[in-house]
Amino acid sequence: MTDSVIDLRGVSRRYDEGPPALDDVSLSVAPGECVAVLGPSGSGKSTLLNLIAGLDRPDSGTVTVAGTRVDTLGEAASARFRRTHVGLIFQFFNLLDDLTVLENVLLPAQLAGARDKASREHAARLLDTLGIARHAGAYPGRLSGGERQRVAVARALVNRPALLLADEPTGALDTASGEDVRYLLNDLHAGGQTIVLVTHDLRLAEACATRTISVRDGRVEAGVPA
Amino acid sequence: MNGLNRVIRSGVRRRRVQTVVIALVAAAAVTASVLGAGLLVASEAPFDDAFAAQRGPHLTVQADPAHVTAAQLTASASASGVSAAAGPYPLLVVPMAVGPQGMRIPPLTLVARADPGGAVDRVELIGGRWATGPGELVMGGGMVRLPLGATVTTAGGTELTVVGTARSVSGTAGGWVAPSAVAALDAPGVTHGLQMLYRLTDPAQVSAGRDAVAATLPSGAVVSARSWLDIRQDAVEDAAVFVPFLVAFALLGIVMAVLVVGTVIAGTVGAATRRIGILKALGCTPGGIVRAYVTQALIPASIGALAGAVAGNLIALPVLAETEEIYGSANTAIAWWVTVLAAGGVLAVVAATGWAAALRAGRLRTVDAIAVGRASGPVRGRWASRLAARLPVPRPIGLGLARPFARPVRTSATLLAVAAGAAAVTFASGLGASLVRIQTALDQNTADVTVSGSFGGPGPGGAAPGGLPPGGSAPSGSASALDGAAVLAAIAAQDGTRAAYGVVEEPVTVVGIADPVRLSAFSGDASWAGFEMVSGRWFAAPGETVASAPLLKAVGIQVGDSLTVRSDDGTTTSLHIVGEVFESSPSVFTSTATVPGLQPAEFPIALTDGTDAGAYAEKLTAALTAQSLTAQPTGADVDPLLLLIQGLTATLTLLLLAVAALGVLNMLVLDLRDRVHDLGIHKALGMTPKQTIAMVIASVAGVGLTGGLLGVPLGIAMQRLVVPSMAASGGLHLPASLLDVYGPALLAALALGGPAVALLGALLPAGWAARTRTATALRTE
Repeated sequence: MTDSVIDLRGVSRRYDEGPPALDDVSLSVAPGECVAVLGPSGSGKSTLLNLIAGLDRPDSGTVTVAGTRVDTLGEAASARFRRTHVGLIFQFFNLLDDLTVLENVLLPAQLAGARDKASREHAARLLDTLGIARHAGAYPGRLSGGERQRVAVARALVNRPALLLADEPTGALDTASGEDVRYLLNDLHAGGQTIVLVTHDLRLAEACATRTISVRDGRVEAGVPA
Repeated sequence: MNGLNRVIRSGVRRRRVQTVVIALVAAAAVTASVLGAGLLVASEAPFDDAFAAQRGPHLTVQADPAHVTAAQLTASASASGVSAAAGPYPLLVVPMAVGPQGMRIPPLTLVARADPGGAVDRVELIGGRWATGPGELVMGGGMVRLPLGATVTTAGGTELTVVGTARSVSGTAGGWVAPSAVAALDAPGVTHGLQMLYRLTDPAQVSAGRDAVAATLPSGAVVSARSWLDIRQDAVEDAAVFVPFLVAFALLGIVMAVLVVGTVIAGTVGAATRRIGILKALGCTPGGIVRAYVTQALIPASIGALAGAVAGNLIALPVLAETEEIYGSANTAIAWWVTVLAAGGVLAVVAATGWAAALRAGRLRTVDAIAVGRASGPVRGRWASRLAARLPVPRPIGLGLARPFARPVRTSATLLAVAAGAAAVTFASGLGASLVRIQTALDQNTADVTVSGSFGGPGPGGAAPGGLPPGGSAPSGSASALDGAAVLAAIAAQDGTRAAYGVVEEPVTVVGIADPVRLSAFSGDASWAGFEMVSGRWFAAPGETVASAPLLKAVGIQVGDSLTVRSDDGTTTSLHIVGEVFESSPSVFTSTATVPGLQPAEFPIALTDGTDAGAYAEKLTAALTAQSLTAQPTGADVDPLLLLIQGLTATLTLLLLAVAALGVLNMLVLDLRDRVHDLGIHKALGMTPKQTIAMVIASVAGVGLTGGLLGVPLGIAMQRLVVPSMAASGGLHLPASLLDVYGPALLAALALGGPAVALLGALLPAGWAARTRTATALRTE
C-alpha cells in the first residue's frame, strides 16, 4: 500500500514479561485521513502511537510511515525522520518551561537546522493562526491549558510534517479549552493534514475523525468510518 | 525498621551511578587526605625518633691525637653534664678511588669501631656485616654509597672491600673499619683524629657540655665539636622542604572533597524528594527518612573510604621508605590515627551533608514532596536561556550553554571543584618546572662532556687515567700541575665543541664558619653552566666573587661587602662580593686569576647540536693523553628527592583531577535525572544522539572554561607561594628566573585543562543521554 502515510503489518510489542501491549496489529492510514484511536487505559493506544512516531520499536512486524520503514531506523535516523515527517502533540503538552513560547515552537526547526529567519516567520504565522501570537515571548507556565496545547500544536506543525500524531490532546484540558482544540484539529484536517488521534474523548473523535479504530488488549478490534 | 532497611538497600542498588560516584569521591578524598596529612606528620619527627632509637650523640668531638691521649679522652666522660660517652675511636679522612680505572671519589671519613653498638651512637647495620679485620669496610649513608662487595683503593694503595652497609642518623662517619685496619690506611694525605661521642643530661645545653668536656682536655685537643642541634637543623630542613607542598595539596584535596562530596550527597537526596514524599505518605517519619538517606550515603562512602585509606597508605610507602633511608629507623608507615582521622573526616562530611539535605526533604509537606517532579517548579536562569537562544551556535549547544544557570548552587560547587582541579594541575606543572630549574641551577651540571684528571697515583692494576663521576665534585687544587689554558685550547680545537670552561674546587676557611667553605675558581666563560643569580652580577674581574646565601647568612655579610678566605696552606685572599648566586651550600665562586697558583682540574664542555657525546669524548681523550685527562659524557644525575616530589605531585594531581571530573559527572547525572523528561521531549521533537551529546557537553563547557580560567591564576599564586617557601625551608632565596616558568603556550594549555576535565566528566553522562530511549524518557516522572 504505497500511497499510505502509515502502514503497519503484523506489529507486536511486549514489555518485559507482561501480556503484549500490541498483538499482531495491521493498520493503514491514507493521506489526508484523520484517524481516531479509541480504547480503555492500558489497551495499547499510546504504544501504537509511539511505534508510529519511531519513539519505540516493535518486537515483530513492520512500521512504514511516509514511505520510510521506521522500525529499522536507529536513534539518530529516527530523530531525523521525526523532525521532518511527524508532528507530536502530547496530553500534558510537554513544553519546555525554560523556553519561551516562540522558542518552544522554533525548537524542532532549529534542531533540523532550518534557516533562522524563515523558520521564525513560519513560527510567527503559526502562532498568529492559532491565536496565541501575543504570548510569543511568554513562558509556558503563565499560559492556560488550552493556550499551552495550542503552543504544542504550533510546535508540532512548524516543520510542516506529513503526519500529526496527537496523544490525548484534550485529556488535560477543561471543557472550553477542549472545545478550542477540537476546532483547531478539525481545521487542520480540513486543510488536508493527516492526523492520528489517540483519545478517550468521543466528541473529539466524532468532530475530527474520518475513521475510528478501537484497540483492546493490544488488538485492533474495528475500523469504523466516522 | 525492616521496611526502612529495604528502602535503604533498594536506594543503594537503584541509584548505582550515584552510589559509585559517592564511593569513588570518598576514596579519592581519603587517599589525598591520608597521603597529604600522613606525610606531613611523618615529616615532623623522623629525626627525633631515629636519634632517640640510636642514642645519638648530643656532642661529637674530633680531637687531635698530637695534643691528647686516648686515656684523657676516656676520662672526659666524667665531665659535668655528660650522661654517657663512647670512644675514643680512631678517625681518618682518606682519599679514595673506585673501579679498575681508579675513578676518584670524595675523601671518606672513616671511623674505626670494633662493633656498631655501645652506649652512644648505636649504628644500625642495614646490610651485610660489621667489619672485623683489615681490608673490610662498612659503608655509611653519606654522599658516597657503594654496594656490598664493591672495592675501593685508598690513597696508600690499600684495597678495602665493602662487607656491610650501615647508617648513623648523626652522620658520625662516612664509613667504618675495624680498629685493626687503621695502620694499613695511613698514607700521605690522610688526616688522623680521634672521635669521642657524648650524650648530655640536658640535650639543650650543648654549649655548656662542650665547655665542660673541653675543660677536662689539654689545650688544643679539640679540633671540632659538633652539636646534635646543628645536625637536627639540617635534617629538619630537608624534611621541611615537603611541608609547604604537602600543605598546599592537602588544602586543595580537602576543599575539593568537601565540595564534591557535599554536592553529590545533597544532590542525591534532593533528587529523591518525590520518593521521600511517597515514603512519608506511607507512614515513614522525618527521622526515619534522615536515617535512611544518611545510611544510604554512608554505605558507599564507607567502602570508598576504606579503599582510599588502603590506597593512601600504599602510595605513601615509597615516600616513607625514602624517609627511612635518610633517617634510619624512622616511621615506615602512616600513623594509624591519620588514616582514621582522614576516613572519619570524609565520612563526617558525607553524614553531615546527607543529614542536612534529608532533613530538609523530610520536613517538606508530604503533598509538596510528592508534587516535586510532576508539577512545574520554579525555573531559574531564563535570562541565560534567552541569551543563549540568540547566540550564533547550533540550538543544542545554545540549550546546553544555558543549562548551568538553572541550578546555580550545584553549578557553583562544580565550578569550584573544576577550578581546584585546574589549580592543582597549574600548581603541579609550575612546581615541577621550578624544581627542575632549581636542580639545574644547584647542580651546575649542564655539560655534555666533562674532562677530568686521574687519581694522583697509580690506580689498581696500573696507571690508567680515570675521571670524576659525572656531575661529581671537581678535584681540589691538588691537580694544579695541569696547564688549564692549554687544555682549554685543545678542547676548543676539537670538532663539536660549543663552549667550555675550567673549574677547580678548593676547601677554604672563612672566619665565622666552622666547616670549610667550597671555593670554586673558573677559567673561561661559565655563564652557560646553569648558575642563577639571586642579586648582583657574576664576577667579571680578578678579586671579584659571587657567594651563596648560606655563606652570606652565616658570615653576616651582603653583596658589596668583602670576604677573606684562607686556603689550607695559609694563603689568604680578599674577595669583593659582587653578587649572590643560587647555591645551597656555603660557597664562593671566582676566577682562577683571583687565587694565585690555582689551575682548573675539571673542564665541563657543551657540544654543538647533533654531536655524539660518546664519540666526541673518545676523540678528546685521545687528544689529551699527554695530560692524563679523560673525557666522559655527562650522565643525568637526578636528585631522588626531586623524583619523589614529582611522583607525589603527579599522584596527588591525578587524584584531584579525578575528583574534579567526578564532580562534573555527578552534576550531569543529577541534571539529567532532573531533566530526563525534557530530554525525552527534545528527542521526540527530533534531537539526534549527536545533538544530545553536543547539548550535554555544552552544558559543562562553560563550567570547565570558567573553572580553568579561575584555576590557572590560583595555581600560579600557589606556585609563587609554595616554591619560595620550600626554598626558604632550605635557607635559600629564589631568583625570579626559577619561578617564571609559565610561558604563553603552557598557560594556554593549562587554561584548557578545565574544559578537558569537564569533557572527561561529561563523556559518560553524554553517552547515557544519547542512548536513552525517547519513549522511556517521556514516561519517566
